[in-house]
Amino acid sequence: MRRKLPQIIVAAVGLIMFLVYFSGHPTAQRVNQTILVDYWQIIFAFTLIVGVIGFARSNLQQIQRGDGRFFRIVSLVGLVSMPILALIGGINAGSPFVWMFDHVQAPMQATVFALLAFFVASAALRGFRARSVPAAILLLAATITLLARSDVGGATIAWLPETAEWIRAHPSMAARRAILIGIGLGSLTTSLRILIGIERTWLGSER
Amino acid sequence: MIDWGTIIAGLLTLAIFTFLYGDNPIYRFAESLLIGVSIGYFLVITWQNTIVSLLIKPLVSDGRIGLIIPLGLGLLMLSRFSSRLSFLSRLPIAVLIGSGAGVAIPAMLDARTLRQIDATIAPLWTDGGLAIGTIVVVLGVLTTLAYFYFSRAQTGSLGRISQIGIYFLMVFFGTTFGYTVMSRMSTFIGRMEFLLVDFLRLTQ
Repeated sequence: MRRKLPQIIVAAVGLIMFLVYFSGHPTAQRVNQTILVDYWQIIFAFTLIVGVIGFARSNLQQIQRGDGRFFRIVSLVGLVSMPILALIGGINAGSPFVWMFDHVQAPMQATVFALLAFFVASAALRGFRARSVPAAILLLAATITLLARSDVGGATIAWLPETAEWIRAHPSMAARRAILIGIGLGSLTTSLRILIGIERTWLGSER
Repeated sequence: MIDWGTIIAGLLTLAIFTFLYGDNPIYRFAESLLIGVSIGYFLVITWQNTIVSLLIKPLVSDGRIGLIIPLGLGLLMLSRFSSRLSFLSRLPIAVLIGSGAGVAIPAMLDARTLRQIDATIAPLWTDGGLAIGTIVVVLGVLTTLAYFYFSRAQTGSLGRISQIGIYFLMVFFGTTFGYTVMSRMSTFIGRMEFLLVDFLRLTQ
């Protein structure tokens, strides 16, 4: 029953949602709205809480063991500080909570994102070798796009931006479309396998 | 007056950039702080926008008793922390996965497959003559799909067709790479501008 009941729920809810999708009846639309908006968001909120508790527990255990104690304390202080600041000053503009977001979280997030430019570039320098026809095509497409998107390339070679745009809109788009069609068909079959009960990995362990 | 916000943001930005030299304690401090603060931020926002706005207020103020169901399902998620009761967390997961799968069948088929096929099927000959771009797209879609066809060995004519599909995929990967690098570079320029203009005040 520990595995059967969830499978029955999956099949029942899945069938309801499948049928509701094709109906324009107000009741069907309400069911769609209730499950997809209210239920989903509320359950996801609880999954986030589970994640936060798991994160805090794991860090506390590591602190007790003495593994990277200082950095784990920093993480926990960061985690606890945000709800405390929200409780003290609210979450509206000008509050300490928003100040922390603007001056601590946002700059660091943007910098981590920017940092990847270096690693992508260094990986490209090491990996981009025109050893075969596909590799040469990859290199050429990347070079044209990079040059066309930079001021230097666009200003010095007049036809470059147009060529890059044509590549993006035609050969690149063709491959993208094929990938999307594949994703669609893959999602369809995976969903069917879940609803029918062939795919059961989401149930986790046998317990 | 000292702008503490800019000073702290600048120091933390530099702390993240120290990773370019290698993994070091300054970077790890900033990284740990970022992880903690980000989780705390999302916790507060989710609490306010979902738990309070979608659950507690409608349940208590508007008397929407039906919300007891997602509340109960949500609380069952917490059973994951008990080894004896953790199986109960499969029930809310079943609702999420079941509804997701049920919606995904028609929605994915529509948005990912049918619309893409619809966009691909266009006249190959127009008033202006042969539509080279459309021919390239049709050829690219068919050959790339052939590459993803695994029910037969990719030899002979299928192998040759899928080889052309690989070329199209390489063009896609190349352009995607180019756009990714440029988006990261623009973020990097933004961070450098912040450091030089706002933090160090070296330029205007």
